[in-house]
Amino acid sequence: MARNPFRSEAEAYRFLLLTIGYFALIVAASTINTWLGLAVFVVLTAVVIWRWLGSRSNEPIEPTSVAHRGDEDERRILVVANETVGGAELLEVLRQRSEGVREQVLVVCPALNTPLRHWASDEDGARAAAQQRLDSSLAQLARSGVVARGEVGDGDPLQAIGDALRTFGADEIVISTHPYGRSHWLERNVVGQARERFDVPITHVVVDLEAPAP
Amino acid sequence: MSAHADLVVHDSSHHHGPPIANKSSRIDATVLGMLLFIASEAMLFGAFFTAYFFVRVVNPEAPEWPLEPFHLPVFVAGVNTAILVTSSFTMHWALQSIKRGNRAGLQAGLVLTFFMGLAFLLTQILEYARIGFNPGDGSFGTIFFGLTGLHGAHVFIGLTLLAMATVRAFRGHFTPEHHHGVELPGIYWHFVDVMWIVVYATIYLI
Repeated sequence: MARNPFRSEAEAYRFLLLTIGYFALIVAASTINTWLGLAVFVVLTAVVIWRWLGSRSNEPIEPTSVAHRGDEDERRILVVANETVGGAELLEVLRQRSEGVREQVLVVCPALNTPLRHWASDEDGARAAAQQRLDSSLAQLARSGVVARGEVGDGDPLQAIGDALRTFGADEIVISTHPYGRSHWLERNVVGQARERFDVPITHVVVDLEAPAP
Repeated sequence: MSAHADLVVHDSSHHHGPPIANKSSRIDATVLGMLLFIASEAMLFGAFFTAYFFVRVVNPEAPEWPLEPFHLPVFVAGVNTAILVTSSFTMHWALQSIKRGNRAGLQAGLVLTFFMGLAFLLTQILEYARIGFNPGDGSFGTIFFGLTGLHGAHVFIGLTLLAMATVRAFRGHFTPEHHHGVELPGIYWHFVDVMWIVVYATIYLI
């Protein structure tokens, strides 16, 4: 398993020992022959990178279980959508889910940002834009008769779901995306990853905002 | 279903002081700070290493490296390397001691680490005086003093941190549960050591 050498002194110490071994082998080989030293350097570096990548991809994902919150007859639905909340498909799903129960709907709109701005913690613009989309979405839901409240979430939809589950809980998650070919989330398999990570029923709704009205 | 949206409204009328900082939930500020620090260090040392390898590459016909008249004190630097590596062992021992509640071990470990670090730095300064060339003697001299001097500056910072941790250890600070003030200098010290391994292997041995 990949360990972060900056996490603790013990990990930094282990990293030091590995560095000593790494350079000792390279220096020993290059003393025999320069090209042998280069070969050892390439092989060792490749092994280190391979092991690091392998340990990262093998990290097991523990599905997060979410307990039911609220009253017995209450059903909490977490809707994660960027700009497709107003779609007829999603509204239909929400109507079906709330039949015969008292529903609580939380809409989370991830503050999508560029990687550079995200790493620099420059997310004011992204959050403001997400807030605008959220306000517009909530207004559309209200016009359709859906009681909902909303939050701006993390730029990573999976993280945004995780954050919302901690505070809101949910009996079901509805992820609304654009159709295949136009959705970055589907390209990144956000729905599949969410199903692996969260032990909550997940419904994927495809909303085609460009489709002609029926 | 009722036809209104229940928006979350943040009531700020009872809040005093500046607004609560908005923080990304994915990257902790301290982690980001450490990553940026390491990135800047990597670029700093990387610039010197790039210059060093450039000088070597443009002299491919050199039978010996470094070129005449430069001679590096490989043996003394090797002894110095052993001292610095040993100081990491004592640093680790100090940390392990306080985790087990052994205050004497913590104090002894920190004192030994500090004096070994000091010995490394003083030996390097003495070698500078006896090495026979100076930073103005060609590109090799400039890069040699630049790289080793840059590392020496990091050792000096590490020694300062160690000195503070040592004084605190003798004043009764740190417990098996709370020893952050030793942990952080320890991490820094190990990385100073790692950088020296890279510098020594590259400049003196390969």
